[in-house]
Amino acid sequence: MLKLLPYLNKYKKESVVGPLFKLLEACFELVVPLIMADIIDIGIQNQDFQYILQRGALLVFFGVLGLTCSLTAQFFAAKAAIGFGTELRHDLFAHIEGLSYTEIDRAGSSTLVTRMTSDINQVQSGVNLVLRLLLRSPFIVVGAMVMAFTIDVKAAMIFVVAVPLLALVIYGIMIITIPLYKKVQKGLDRVLLTTRENLAGIRVIRAFRTQDDEKEQFEAESDYLMQMQMKVGKISAALNPLTYVIVNLAVVAIVWYGGKRVDTGAITQGEVIALVNYMSQILLALVALANLIVSFTKALASAGRVNEVFALQTSILSGKETGEAENQEAKVVFDHVHFAYAGAKAESLSGIQFEVKKGQTIGIIGGTGSGKSTLVNLIPRFYDVTDGSVRVDGRDVRDWELDTLRKKIGVVPQKAVLFHGTIRDNMKMAKEDATDEEILEALRTAQALEVVEAKPQGLDTAISEGGKNLSGGQRQRLTIARALVGHPEILLLDDSASALDFATDAKLRKAIAQNTGGMTVFIVSQRAASLMQADQIIVLDDGEMVGIGTHKELLDSCEVYQEICYSQLSREEVTHHA
Amino acid sequence: MHKDNGTTMKILRLIRPYMHLVILSLVFAVVNVAFTLYAPILVGNAVDLILGKGAVDFAGIFRILKKLTMILFITSAAQWLMNLCNNRITYHVVKDVRIRAFARLQILPLKYVDSHQYGETISRIITDVEQFSDGLLMGFTQLFSGIVTIFGTLAFMLSINVRISLVVILITPVSLFVASFIAKRTYQMFKKQSETRAEMTSLVDEMVGSQKVVQAFGYGGRAVERFDEINRRLQDCSLKATFFSSITNPSTRFVNGLVYAGVGIVGAVMAMQGAITVGQLSCFLTYANQYTKPFNEISSVITELQNAVACARRVFDFIEETPEAADPVEAVELMEVDGSLQLADVSFSYRPDVPLLTNLNLQVKPGQKIAIVGPTGCGKTTLINLLMRFYEIDQGTIFLSGYDAKKVKKDSVRKSFGMVLQETWLKSGTIAENIAYGKPEATREDIIEAAKAAHAHSFIKRMKDGYDTQITEEGGNLSQGQKQLLCIARVMLELPPMLILDEATSSIDTRTEIKVQEAFHKMMEGRTSFIVAHRLSTIKEADTILVMKDGNIIEQGSHEELLAQGGFYKNLYESQF
Repeated sequence: MLKLLPYLNKYKKESVVGPLFKLLEACFELVVPLIMADIIDIGIQNQDFQYILQRGALLVFFGVLGLTCSLTAQFFAAKAAIGFGTELRHDLFAHIEGLSYTEIDRAGSSTLVTRMTSDINQVQSGVNLVLRLLLRSPFIVVGAMVMAFTIDVKAAMIFVVAVPLLALVIYGIMIITIPLYKKVQKGLDRVLLTTRENLAGIRVIRAFRTQDDEKEQFEAESDYLMQMQMKVGKISAALNPLTYVIVNLAVVAIVWYGGKRVDTGAITQGEVIALVNYMSQILLALVALANLIVSFTKALASAGRVNEVFALQTSILSGKETGEAENQEAKVVFDHVHFAYAGAKAESLSGIQFEVKKGQTIGIIGGTGSGKSTLVNLIPRFYDVTDGSVRVDGRDVRDWELDTLRKKIGVVPQKAVLFHGTIRDNMKMAKEDATDEEILEALRTAQALEVVEAKPQGLDTAISEGGKNLSGGQRQRLTIARALVGHPEILLLDDSASALDFATDAKLRKAIAQNTGGMTVFIVSQRAASLMQADQIIVLDDGEMVGIGTHKELLDSCEVYQEICYSQLSREEVTHHA
Repeated sequence: MHKDNGTTMKILRLIRPYMHLVILSLVFAVVNVAFTLYAPILVGNAVDLILGKGAVDFAGIFRILKKLTMILFITSAAQWLMNLCNNRITYHVVKDVRIRAFARLQILPLKYVDSHQYGETISRIITDVEQFSDGLLMGFTQLFSGIVTIFGTLAFMLSINVRISLVVILITPVSLFVASFIAKRTYQMFKKQSETRAEMTSLVDEMVGSQKVVQAFGYGGRAVERFDEINRRLQDCSLKATFFSSITNPSTRFVNGLVYAGVGIVGAVMAMQGAITVGQLSCFLTYANQYTKPFNEISSVITELQNAVACARRVFDFIEETPEAADPVEAVELMEVDGSLQLADVSFSYRPDVPLLTNLNLQVKPGQKIAIVGPTGCGKTTLINLLMRFYEIDQGTIFLSGYDAKKVKKDSVRKSFGMVLQETWLKSGTIAENIAYGKPEATREDIIEAAKAAHAHSFIKRMKDGYDTQITEEGGNLSQGQKQLLCIARVMLELPPMLILDEATSSIDTRTEIKVQEAFHKMMEGRTSFIVAHRLSTIKEADTILVMKDGNIIEQGSHEELLAQGGFYKNLYESQF
């Protein structure tokens, strides 16, 4: 939480004025029992109607003052807290946008989203609460004690005993329940997991006819959750009764001891009532504080989670080079490239070396985890090599200014993700000012024109979040078109045709070959058939390059490649194209 | 509104088994409130015995304080017990509801599950039930005791003095009025705030969730611009919503202060005239302090309760969803399954207005292999859905070993098929538990046997805890191919006479893929198999190939026959090169 405090800097005035007015209001509240004591001791004793009215008016006046102060306090607190939240949100979002693949992999994007939304909201309302109330409750408790002392030092000793006792009870119950609440949360997570599992596996469950077993398991988990909830409930339900007993025992003590003091003439009857009133004010303040602490712990935990994100530093820093290519001929060069993911022991790529000429088509094939996607991800610097270098246009990718480098490259990721908005909006991602002609041309090459033409609104067709209103194949073709719109010099197709049927896949490859003259194309695929015609095929096995060459060359020389081909195609199909 | 009443009735019916606890809770609440209200009177009486210097009746005070102390303990005991009762009722009811919802999930037609997002169903069973429980608990603990407190206070005040009571009764509603006035005004602001928040969440979800794409296109800067625009609007409406809603508390406290002052003035004047004692005045002051509290609480409880009822309604809607049609009474068990299967004039569609399968005929002899091929989204899985009776056919008949499938128990139909789907579903648990999923009584030997048959034994052995390795959520510690092998082993353990296989090829590495292939082959020996085919080798070996397009079977025959036909299949087959 402390690390986030600088976000209040802009709202220094508000963050001071807010609590200040709140304390002022508390002061007015603390005076009330004293005035009442005066009414009783002086007004009623002396039968002074005028005095009673006067003091009564004073009570109302203080009420109005209290209201004004408190409204002022609420306003400034809200302004500071919301301002705090807004700036924090902006910074965190900008920070996340600047993170590289490595950090996003480590954090996981779904956690980043919750931290961005609900955690910041939690922190924001925590700040608001703190500014408004955190000081107030202890202030009232201490203030009431001080007032008690001004009335009678000896009677005030009862407060000195009761208040720490109350604090102890509240603290104790919190200490016991907080770990139990974690268990409740765990129980709830189990119930949630089983529900999700049952939804995802509904076909398998019915096929195996295990509905009753699943129900049994769910019942056991629900029961555990309930037991935990009741256990916590039992303890936290004791908070109010316990504080009630302590406060009222203190009242009993005040009345008894107050009686003695009155008997000796040290204090008056009205002052005894005032002491009783102060005691009940303390009770109210403490109950408020207990509620507050719960929200405050939540806010603290959220603040910790937000800080974790800020602690992530991007590992990819932009180079400076924006100028011309050094060497147009060798478009992409991998020079003894080694790469290991952060935290991984084994290298994902080791000793990769090859050169790609401008306009060539490169196929990359290999099993899962062999490093195909990793290899292409190194070209636009989504990750940095651990050793060796990747050169684009003759320069190390780390020397290029990041934007310049990425403008050269069109990426079609494995997962076909489209954004909320129209098809046109999506097509303009790489090139903000793309014309409709450019877009349509890209769509035609990507075999996606029919997708758009089938929609009555054409390019203005709205795409729902994640592109759920399109089929997997349609989405994939659109993402390919999206990458083509910017006329990139290098196109990376990372297993981007997996959802396409054989025929469309073939047409797509043909169109890309014909319409993208001079474009260097990398195709990652599991299907040998998709790559057979590439100028060079790189065969990866467990991070190592076990073969490079044309289909024919590899069939003769590369065992892994043969294995792949024969598992997917019949012998005559393989040799037919060799 | 009418529907809400229905929901309330249903909630009451849920609570009925715990009626004894409800009554107990009410008794404790009454005891608690009565004594809580009686305490200030006792304090007042005691104060009245403290008149001034030398005029204190210690014996009297002692008697009163003794009584007060006793009452204190009774009060807090009653309060605690009331809370315990309420906890017990609430959490039991919640558990009951949750189990009922989950049980319903097990019998809902697949159609429901397929057409609703998981998140939606999960939020019914988890979040909505949770909200409902919170509301119920609050309702129990605060609503009832709040009402009792209000009436109890009224009764006590009136019994002491009518005129001062009138001051309290007349001014208090102002607080309620102020609170509801503010609530109405702020409702719109909160609505705007939550709308803006939702807008922001979906942007963040999209941009952060697909950050890799955002980066690849250098879209980060524009994303931040879009974010800032929403953020500014959010700041605006949040400030309004937060500030205006935070007015409620000070305002009601102010009204409370007015009540206090009013009681003070009127009470003092009356005490001056001797109409009440000073002790009674102090007792009134305490009441005045407490009186508005239950009003404020009740108004917040009511919002909470409305929310809870809304959640309960969603849960009930789910629980009352029409389940899969139950097996008719005369349905039989399939005793001997020979593996023959026939589709006669079968028609089916997911939506009445979009016809899918029409008058489909197919004759499958025991042990035959049927491959289903076609472009993406052509409805290959539909056939699986119908064979497994996940969906019911609209017209025609499916004959299983000569029996009309509709006249056979659903479980019995499903039992005769072994199914391996592309989506490899594993439960959280150990590897052994997963293999024995359909047959929990299987011995370790059986399990290992099945794993060996599925070519899974060698990789399992290499794992840290072997067969007892925990599979993490969604099988994160296994590769796709390994998961597939486990799914095969699961079926291997008890091989039914017919198989449904969805070949998954896209994300399996070559070596494992060869193993999966071998495992598939081994499984299919002598069994009638339906294979959603991605691989040419499978297609060519099949006895019959069903070529599907746009939900229809457009061609049907062996590989050679279809090539000779020169239709869509030929096109499809040749286009891959």
